[in-house]
Amino acid sequence: MSPLETFIQQLINGLVIGMIYALIALGYTMVYGIIQLINFAHGEIFITGAFIGLAVFGALPGALGLGNLWALVLMFALAMAGCGLLGVLIERVAYRPLRKSPRLACLITAIGVSFILQNVLMLIWGPVDKSFPVFFKHSALTFGAFRVTFMQSFIVISSLVMMLVLHFFIRRTMLGKALRAASEDMTAARLMGINVERIISVCFLIGSALGGAGGLMYGMYYNTITFHDGYLAGIKAFTAAVLGGIGNVPGAMLGGVALGMMEGLGAGYLSSEWKNVFAFLILIILLLRWPSGILGKFRHE
Amino acid sequence: MNRRGIGLYQATKKIPRRAVNVFILLILFALPLFDRNQYHLEVLVSAGIFAILVLGLNVMTGYCGLLNLGYAAFFAAGAYTYAILNVRFGWSFWVSLPACIISAGAFGLAFGSCALRLKGDYLAVVTLGFGEITRIALNNMDSLTGGPNGLTVAHPALWLPHKRLAFGINSLPYYYLTLLAILVTVIIVSRLSSSRFGRAWIAIKEDEVAAACLGIHTGKLKLLAFCIGSALAGFAGWLFAGKQGFVSPESFDFITSIMLTAMLVFGGMGSIPGAIVAALALTIIPEVLRPLQQYRMFFFGTVMIVMMLFRPQGLFGGVRIFEEFRPESERIRQEEDEALGEDLRQ
Repeated sequence: MSPLETFIQQLINGLVIGMIYALIALGYTMVYGIIQLINFAHGEIFITGAFIGLAVFGALPGALGLGNLWALVLMFALAMAGCGLLGVLIERVAYRPLRKSPRLACLITAIGVSFILQNVLMLIWGPVDKSFPVFFKHSALTFGAFRVTFMQSFIVISSLVMMLVLHFFIRRTMLGKALRAASEDMTAARLMGINVERIISVCFLIGSALGGAGGLMYGMYYNTITFHDGYLAGIKAFTAAVLGGIGNVPGAMLGGVALGMMEGLGAGYLSSEWKNVFAFLILIILLLRWPSGILGKFRHE
Repeated sequence: MNRRGIGLYQATKKIPRRAVNVFILLILFALPLFDRNQYHLEVLVSAGIFAILVLGLNVMTGYCGLLNLGYAAFFAAGAYTYAILNVRFGWSFWVSLPACIISAGAFGLAFGSCALRLKGDYLAVVTLGFGEITRIALNNMDSLTGGPNGLTVAHPALWLPHKRLAFGINSLPYYYLTLLAILVTVIIVSRLSSSRFGRAWIAIKEDEVAAACLGIHTGKLKLLAFCIGSALAGFAGWLFAGKQGFVSPESFDFITSIMLTAMLVFGGMGSIPGAIVAALALTIIPEVLRPLQQYRMFFFGTVMIVMMLFRPQGLFGGVRIFEEFRPESERIRQEEDEALGEDLRQ
């Protein structure tokens, strides 16, 4: 492979993982946009999606005699539904009572929730790596020297579809309009008769469902998951959200893809041992130097 | 609290604070006379080291309101300074103490001077990132830190007039050393908290803009709190490395930082007895529940959530710090009126 081709191949790999980051980042950014909370538990919700998918695959399709495609649909549907409900439940139990507390109190609770979820995942599925079934065996499209596996194109296309649906929802529906209003000014939205608590629940529902779908894709892409994978992926997705401008939905998509590509290139050309340092370094530098990100506007406290 | 509870509370107030402190200290010094169980002392020593850490974190987070999710990095700075000085340069335990405190403090100063332009949750995320970078760096810089295998360092020893008393792996000397270290830390932190600095920190935590308007140099004072907090973590790290005789990156991970935060939250931000009691309780309870070891994170997570939901000021919560500015806090207002009345009478 020529250097240019290697470069492009790394970009493609980065794009795929970036799409997953973008899906998780959407959850962070939607929640931050509306209640200014860094939902630390989101990383765990994300990996819960992968575990739910795995459980569904293990339990249902065999019994129902379904083909691979239907199994896939079922896995996504249940993972997204389960994660969405989990997100709403967490918001109801842990964050809603603290709506009037200082923001740090909420953040500490969020970390607590994330710890509990990690522990629960470990208790249910054990501390060892779980391997994922291989979908789309060995099938790849080759364009000259580049290889794009079916899995990769599946991830890119289905996340693009989900993001487009989300975009349409936020821009074109009544509920989306209410959501935008609430994230602009919660008090004013409440005065206009918008049920802000319900909007917040919807936010958690959509964000967590997208995170769950991302988790399932992550599991299928890497073929193995553990209970603490959510933490690192969560931090990276948060970095992506900040990179795109936190609180900004198209920004999260852009930031995810950008971060994925940067990371792909960094791991490919520099060193993979320090790969995770890049994400943290990018996060620190961004927050210190460019907190508004690509598309966001920074709100001073 | 019911009426009788308040009565009891008032009665305890009549006993001079100093007498209570001396009494507790005496019990703690005499404890090994009654309980020579190595395992018990070992647990108490770990709890003591956590207590110093929580006291240090208390200066940053409890007084000044700077949430630090990478506090383990400063703990690591102290521990690794001793380890590297000992292994590479042959420095002894006692001689390395100033170096450990200074290096951790300098680490805090350097990081704080960049990071403290951020506030609240953004600061928390940056400290988290910093903590992780430190851990990954310790893991990967094999030539200096021994990488994931860690470094084996010398236990401390005392030179008495006629013989050399090596601490070894006996827990007893570490118990007294830790007790002494906690005592020194408590004196430093309590003096700081009642000084101009302490009052300024609390003012910054409550309302930074108002504090700045009153002429407090918020930037410098926040940096000072950050620096002192990290120096105390370095102190604890020094003690930890000497006691363990071994340091490796996994002692300084994200979970350690969160555990310390949970202890601080449990004891009550800004409370010195709270920090110590919480460190003791949250070290001893998981030890007692050893069969339930795999529920550890669950336990710490629950502590954090329950405290934030039902008692955000913590067990020993400095009630004043949290409720001072809330008009509905009737009791505080009454106390304040009484105090004002006394002042006027004098």
